[in-house]
Amino acid sequence: MIEPSDPPAAPAAGRPLLELEGIEKRFGGVLALAGVDFTLHEGEIHALVGENGAGKSTLMKIIAGVHTDYGGRMVLDGRQVRFRSARDALDRGIGMVHQELCTAPDLTVAENVFLGNQPTGRFGRIDWRRMNRESREQLARLGLDLDPRMRLGDLPIGLQQLVELARVLFSGARIVILDEPTSALSPPEIERLFAVLKRLKSEGRSFVFISHFLDDVLAIADSVTVFRNGELVETAAAASIDKTWIIERMIGRGHHELEETYTGSIRLPRAPSAPPVLQVEGLSVAGAFQDVSFSLAEGEILGIYGFMGCGQLELARTLFGKLRPDAGSIKVDGSARRFRNTADAAAAGIAFVPESRRSMLFGEQPVYRNMTIAILEKIDRLWLRPRREIEIAGRHVTDLGVRPADPLARLGALSGGNQQKVALGKWLTELPRVLVMSEPTRGMDVGAKEDVVRIVTGLREKGVAIIVVSTEPETVLSMATRVLVMRKGRMVHRFADEAIAKDDLLAAA
Amino acid sequence: MTTASSAGAKSWMIGSLRNVAPLVTLIFLIAVFAFMSPSFATMSNFGNIMRQISITAIIASGLTFVILCAEIDLSIAAIANATGIALAFFTLQPDYVNIDNVPLWGGLAIVMALLTSFLLGVVNAIGVTRIGIPSFIMTLAMMQIGAGIGALLIRGQIAYAVPDLIKTLGSGQIMGVPWIVVIACLVLLISHLVLTYTRFGRYIYMVGGNREAAEYSGVDVKLVISAALVISAVCCGLAGMLGVAYFGSAQQNEFDDYLLDGIAAVVVGGTSLFGGRGGIPNTIIGLLVLGVLNNGLDHIDIDSFLKVLIRGLILLAALIINVYAQRLRAPD
Repeated sequence: MIEPSDPPAAPAAGRPLLELEGIEKRFGGVLALAGVDFTLHEGEIHALVGENGAGKSTLMKIIAGVHTDYGGRMVLDGRQVRFRSARDALDRGIGMVHQELCTAPDLTVAENVFLGNQPTGRFGRIDWRRMNRESREQLARLGLDLDPRMRLGDLPIGLQQLVELARVLFSGARIVILDEPTSALSPPEIERLFAVLKRLKSEGRSFVFISHFLDDVLAIADSVTVFRNGELVETAAAASIDKTWIIERMIGRGHHELEETYTGSIRLPRAPSAPPVLQVEGLSVAGAFQDVSFSLAEGEILGIYGFMGCGQLELARTLFGKLRPDAGSIKVDGSARRFRNTADAAAAGIAFVPESRRSMLFGEQPVYRNMTIAILEKIDRLWLRPRREIEIAGRHVTDLGVRPADPLARLGALSGGNQQKVALGKWLTELPRVLVMSEPTRGMDVGAKEDVVRIVTGLREKGVAIIVVSTEPETVLSMATRVLVMRKGRMVHRFADEAIAKDDLLAAA
Repeated sequence: MTTASSAGAKSWMIGSLRNVAPLVTLIFLIAVFAFMSPSFATMSNFGNIMRQISITAIIASGLTFVILCAEIDLSIAAIANATGIALAFFTLQPDYVNIDNVPLWGGLAIVMALLTSFLLGVVNAIGVTRIGIPSFIMTLAMMQIGAGIGALLIRGQIAYAVPDLIKTLGSGQIMGVPWIVVIACLVLLISHLVLTYTRFGRYIYMVGGNREAAEYSGVDVKLVISAALVISAVCCGLAGMLGVAYFGSAQQNEFDDYLLDGIAAVVVGGTSLFGGRGGIPNTIIGLLVLGVLNNGLDHIDIDSFLKVLIRGLILLAALIINVYAQRLRAPD
């Protein structure tokens, strides 16, 4: 067995297997990776950590052949390589297990293990017997005793993930990139995954382990590399560091960078004594989140923070009637509500701004129609009055600082940040009781972010109860008066009436 | 301000180009047929064309609602046929029509027939929005159900009698204008007003333009789609009743051609099958293109066995032109 308590001074013992030099990648004008040097050794589990947008996923997509257009050199086994596709990378022994599994749930376990490589007999007939036998062997080598004829979708998610891992290994991968492999797993499933990884490591396979879960990282990785703003900050042996060390480097304490306004702590105010507008008790949606309870009063902004996939997006949709809860209750102004659809939720005074602009706006339509769609019922009877709509939208466009300030402009012609303001603007004519916003500032520049914070704070002062759901600590800290932290579908921490900082959030999640 | 308005004008021009393309096709077809046949461009032939497209127009009006929602209704012809037969079933038939029918007072027969189409539309709506069957499949099944209801009621016979009101509206005239043309124009007009100037009409466009965004704006998407499917079915019911009077008989498979003609009229006119763009003005142009094409080919001297092929090719050409015109968009 592997001894995890070895005190390794240098990361892993194997020889360098994959070496990257000066990797640079731009998306449009944005620099996503600024000259990264990175080395992966044979038989090593190397964790990559960093905030969203720090560059770790981009780097892995370059290694896995997904991004082919980049600057710098990649050396595999001492030979310089440049992959043309993910298939090309896999042929040279580099595979990836994505966070969103790329399996076919309706096919059998064996078919998934052999996906794209089915053994064939004469006339291209699939050799089922051989396929079932070999996939059983393959899975047994991972310590899994599974019937290869089972439908994959009937297995729990942790086993599905291991089947995908088996497929990647079976295709000949010596280097496997695991993107957030533990985010959907229960603790026993994580243990089983780690046991499999250790076994494979002892066979000389190498892993890159991308994760937000620092406890998991420290439990399994040999070395840890921290990314921030497209740069590699530091690499260290996992045994020599702790969680605080990682968090400090992730958020760059001590570095005086312009945008890092929230590394210092902010003071959350005392909860107001006003009666609650929204009360949520024991709310659950199977497979997404369980037993979520909170209440929210007028003039409060509740920040809900958690990593990608912790159930917060589903929670927001459930509050707006898009998903139906399996258990629990939602009360608005004291009366219990069961939303059959989003129209019910809107009628109850709940408004929602989803994280993706595309799912909120009508690109082919003029700005004013985008803004009035949610309130037509309130401003018009049977016949529409476009002139009135244009007048209302014109006011919001000016207030929100949308450019161009023309309610007749086609929405699709506006920039992303301006579109986001329009999405918010649609709920401003008739103030809702509760406004639920998911990632309200994602992808915005600093100026547009400030506009949004100003608008949201203004709504709060007018007595709207607001929920801000985000994976970005800055977004939560810039608006919230109270914070809930979610991890893997459960509420794990509440912050109220105290000082909190970004590292408190990261440590709690 | 000037830049904004000139950008608006530019995007308006490009936006209307996709509406102009079908119009150009129409003018081109009229010019060609007028050149090739002296009997085409006459007042009386214009009247013929109007009469010939009236039933299609009523069907296409309802279908426009459905297609604007990015759904499809393949049961239009079957519902029209079933409704027409139901109307005859509830009307006293001459002795030589050997069916076991249930004669009612004329007004009640009309109500029963319309109710038939309404209920078939409701079944479509439930299948699509509550059960979640894709409209293509659901209405394909309804196509068979409609045909089946018609077959059961008429039992291979041909019925001739319809209530007097329908007989007048389907085959009579008012001040020299066929009633059926008047009704078709009214249906098109009302559909246009509903689509353009009512909240429901706006919801139709929004649901077709981005269903998810409509849902996240608190629009009851299922209700909007259900209403579109029911409107389509009731329009088909009206077309089916008037059609029986227009043709002078009710029988099986009487309306089969109207499935393709109805869809073609909407789509050739430039309404997007992906929803959210187009409308009744487009459908009117599509109807005229189809009407001129069907009528014009009868006026020129070509092999009658070749006509179907030519019709198909011209429709294909019109669709290709539309697709290219729709790709032109205002710059983002």
